[in-house]
Amino acid sequence: MSSEVWRAGLAVLLWPGLVGGALLSWLYLWLGRKLLARLQGRYGPPFYQPCFDFVKLLGKQTVVPGGVNRLLFYGLPLVAVISVVVALALIPVPGNPARALSFTGDLILLIYLLEMPALCDVLAGYGSRSLYGQVGAAREALLALGYNLPFLAAVIALALPAGSFRLVDVQAVAYGPVHLAATLAFLLALPARLKCNPFSIPNAEQEIVAGTHLEYNGVPLALFELAHGLELVALVNLFAALFVPLPAGVPGGLIYLLVGVGLVALTTGLAAATARIKLHQAFRFYWRWGAAAAVLAVVVAAIW
Amino acid sequence: MPMTLWDRLLALARRKSPWVYVVNAGSCNGCDIEIAPCFSPRYDAEQLGVLRQGSPKHADILLITGPLTLRSRAAVSAIYEQMPSPKVVVAVGSCPATGNVFAGSPTVVGGVASVVPIDIYVPGCPPRPQAILEGIAQAAALLARR
Repeated sequence: MSSEVWRAGLAVLLWPGLVGGALLSWLYLWLGRKLLARLQGRYGPPFYQPCFDFVKLLGKQTVVPGGVNRLLFYGLPLVAVISVVVALALIPVPGNPARALSFTGDLILLIYLLEMPALCDVLAGYGSRSLYGQVGAAREALLALGYNLPFLAAVIALALPAGSFRLVDVQAVAYGPVHLAATLAFLLALPARLKCNPFSIPNAEQEIVAGTHLEYNGVPLALFELAHGLELVALVNLFAALFVPLPAGVPGGLIYLLVGVGLVALTTGLAAATARIKLHQAFRFYWRWGAAAAVLAVVVAAIW
Repeated sequence: MPMTLWDRLLALARRKSPWVYVVNAGSCNGCDIEIAPCFSPRYDAEQLGVLRQGSPKHADILLITGPLTLRSRAAVSAIYEQMPSPKVVVAVGSCPATGNVFAGSPTVVGGVASVVPIDIYVPGCPPRPQAILEGIAQAAALLARR
């Protein structure tokens, strides 16, 4: 019993949870910023930039806006970070000490936990008493209704042939056509989940300044930035764990890193090549092409 | 006071990650046009970790352009108050220092120093982007010591 608690604690705090996830998220965030700069003909930030941004925000004074609930102001970013850290610890990545603790239904728990940062963002926007924050929150809530359709379908399509919502069972499904169809649906949902450019509607800086994070500063802002980076790592790890075949003889960590670099390059390239679309266009895109990809993934899973 | 490891790391992070907020206190837009290329491919301030923020609550450095008109006085003071400390103010161009060619106008206060404490002056009408970047770099070094 106590060894299980130790292993779960290790997974949450060290690897693949808080410390490992944060280091990996800074690497991926830097990669995205550097690649975007190179695509725009700029030199770009040095590799330690996301880490220093985080440390600097931690060391700044925190001003709670008048009329805003203090508990809500500090609690929402904290809940977002804790949710993503636990989600990271659930994913069966190589070297996860809690891998043997996988239980029936942990995939459903993972999906709920990955939904928490967006929910906290929405609540933070509505709770900030800022007009821009409220507009950003409304946009984020509506966008979540769009991108979650292909995202959930992709994960459920993989759980169908496994016949279980246990992560290690879903991971053990033999690679087949269902994985390709689910990958398509997952990749459609990814840029909106990360709020990258064609879908950067909730944090559109030219329209609503900083969206839901407008009134946030200091430590709570640092936690929100950390939650965003950790969410990126969680999505990369989830994709590499469930959607990508692991060839024998290649170290698993290398595959995960390559998948991360590939996904960051894909979303950054898309962000550099496109301009922001309107909310109703994004919604129509997801309920037309996203729904098509979702139906395809589930149909393929049911047939094969 | 002895410097702990956290203090050293924080000082380094403040120097390497200065986020700026630009406020136009009645400028002719000349200095604002010179600030924009600082973030363009030619000068690329992001190499120094500089990001332009849309909210003063996210910023470390306040760039002020213009001679401070009567109508912008309250706004500049409010924006300065909204920035969480530590913060540094950079006056870009000759107007925020002296009022420049607008000095003596009935609608101009003249000199931003009467409303907010200015740490770095970047002279010029307008200053070149290199000079503005130099001012931001000096302000970042000042942030690390606060």
